[in-house]
Amino acid sequence: MSTTENAPKKNGIVEWIDYRLPIFTFMNHELREYPTPKNLNYWWNFGSLAGIVLVIMILSGIFLAMNYTAHVDHAFVSVERIMRDVNTGWLLRYIHMNGASFFFLVVYIHIFRGLYYGSYKPPREILWWLGLVIFLLMMATAFLGYVLPWGQMSFWGATVITNLFSAIPLVGEPIVTWLWGGFGVDNPTLNRFFSLHYLLPFVIVGVVVLHLVALHTHGSNNPLGVDHKKNPKDSIPFHPYYTAKDMFGLGVFLVVYALFVFFAPNFFGESVNYVPANPLQTPAEIVPEWYLLPFYAILRSIPDKLLGVVAMFGAIFILFLLPWLDSSKVRSATFRPIYKQLFWIFLADYIILGWCGAQHPEGAPLIIGRIATAYYFIHFLVLMPLVSKFEKPRALPESISTPVLKTEKA
Amino acid sequence: MSINLRRALLPALGLLAVFAVSSANAAEGEVKLQRQSWAFDGPFGTYDRAALQRGFQIYKEVCSACHAVSLVAYRNLSALGFSEAEVKAIAAAYEVQDKEPNDQGEYFTRPARPADHFKSPFANEQAARAANNGAYPPDLSLITKARLGGGGAVFRFGPSGSDYVYALLTGYKPAPAGVTVPEGMNYNEAFHGHMIAMAQPLNDGAVTFADNTQATVPQMAKDVTTFLTWAAEPEMEARKRLGLKVMLFLLLMTGVFYAWKRKVWKDLH
Repeated sequence: MSTTENAPKKNGIVEWIDYRLPIFTFMNHELREYPTPKNLNYWWNFGSLAGIVLVIMILSGIFLAMNYTAHVDHAFVSVERIMRDVNTGWLLRYIHMNGASFFFLVVYIHIFRGLYYGSYKPPREILWWLGLVIFLLMMATAFLGYVLPWGQMSFWGATVITNLFSAIPLVGEPIVTWLWGGFGVDNPTLNRFFSLHYLLPFVIVGVVVLHLVALHTHGSNNPLGVDHKKNPKDSIPFHPYYTAKDMFGLGVFLVVYALFVFFAPNFFGESVNYVPANPLQTPAEIVPEWYLLPFYAILRSIPDKLLGVVAMFGAIFILFLLPWLDSSKVRSATFRPIYKQLFWIFLADYIILGWCGAQHPEGAPLIIGRIATAYYFIHFLVLMPLVSKFEKPRALPESISTPVLKTEKA
Repeated sequence: MSINLRRALLPALGLLAVFAVSSANAAEGEVKLQRQSWAFDGPFGTYDRAALQRGFQIYKEVCSACHAVSLVAYRNLSALGFSEAEVKAIAAAYEVQDKEPNDQGEYFTRPARPADHFKSPFANEQAARAANNGAYPPDLSLITKARLGGGGAVFRFGPSGSDYVYALLTGYKPAPAGVTVPEGMNYNEAFHGHMIAMAQPLNDGAVTFADNTQATVPQMAKDVTTFLTWAAEPEMEARKRLGLKVMLFLLLMTGVFYAWKRKVWKDLH
């Protein structure tokens, strides 16, 4: 575990470069030696998985962009040319299309893991914020990308979402016109959306780098939530332990991903998006992709447009305040009997919101959506502060090794 | 660890369940569709070549009077089992306008070549509407995908776009008592709202098949739906074939990684 033991083998060229640009020292330090808690479970796989999916999305996206035409008259057909005439174009597109869903699936699991194990608590507040910034950028990128095939849902989704900005008092309408580059979603809109859809993933890469710098400053949290740097026995080098574990996790992930790409590529999509955009004909239902549904439900559960938009954005921004809304010193829900229950109720609430987002907003789904929206905010603004104040956490182990050794003796 | 894994899968399944429910709801509407058994269903499913050729014949002789399949080129017909010469002959039967003008700057028509896309029956949407009582016969290139997510998928909870097209083509029934069908409309039990501008397109014996298959309405509906499913997803067979290889490789790779992980972690306490 010492530096010498793990150091890369001597190599003249490597040493020459490293003396001038210590890239190999850096990699050795951050990817090999990097002391990691020994007790990370499989929920900790999803961070690296998200990074890999980001790379898959960027690579497949670059090649798609080489064959895509961002023009209202050609966009839909150019996507079909990719599907039919470009060599393995269908594979690129289905990788990219399903990749968006799997990116969100992985990131949702990553975020909920953070919520369960209190990964947003000191000293990881900025790490958490950076993660939320990535999440916001992902939602923007996904929305912009969904517009590009210029199908019915692309067009009408773009119309509905950009129209949200018209809720802003006084400047709302001019802002929407400015966003569109005209008086409706049209060619200028499609062009700028393509440009931004290509730009934002690289911004995400930048924030991911910051996310990793913040992560490596204090190291990973762990299922027990006790600091792994207090006891030297608690840390293991990242390589080979977590490289092996992450690769296995990656394998399982790719199996599931490939199942959808090859055997049910349109499972996550809306079939109406295979109808070319028609500004004169509104589809029966305008629904966003599944990963945005909970926020869509929050938006629609509030009768006032402006307040709905505020609530929708508020639902995300509230997460930035988590380190202060939850003042409990104990990180892991494992030792927090009440918070643990609340976590599962909140997860259920979130899934219910997602369901409501897919329904027509009337009758039971609307009422359920309103209750679920209220609970979303109550969870963060009322229950979390109260529970963190009054809950009696179970006794924490002194270090990660302590409970492990105890159970072994028992 | 197995417990951890099982627990890891739960939320994923939960999210998927949300989907299943939402897509099932979208499919529900007011129409109940029956699932048909298709040769192209399932992980090993392929298109029945004979059905594809019959389906193409039906499209050519019946549907193409009003409906385009503009995303398909004549050259693509080789996938149906036609030889190069046959494809050339099929294309040459159509007179199309060349995209470029001639040396005098005049646009001219010529017999279609295999590289040309299928000739559309109307020059534009307005012409199509004018000829069809104001109704627009949609381009059928993607029709099975544009309804209920296409045909031949593996995880499916309800009927597919192919089932829908079949149900529509066989769904012409006399209107139930009390339902008045407006002038120029027809009653179809599979169509949303039941009132469809298209008159029943398939009637027994509408085409004569070279292979002596009886041209009944269900037979023709099945064949032309197979053709349209292929038109929407011509890559399906290649996709599933490659998919099986990729799955095999990924499973092996995952097994190797699992063994490596076990070995690395074995002596860690």
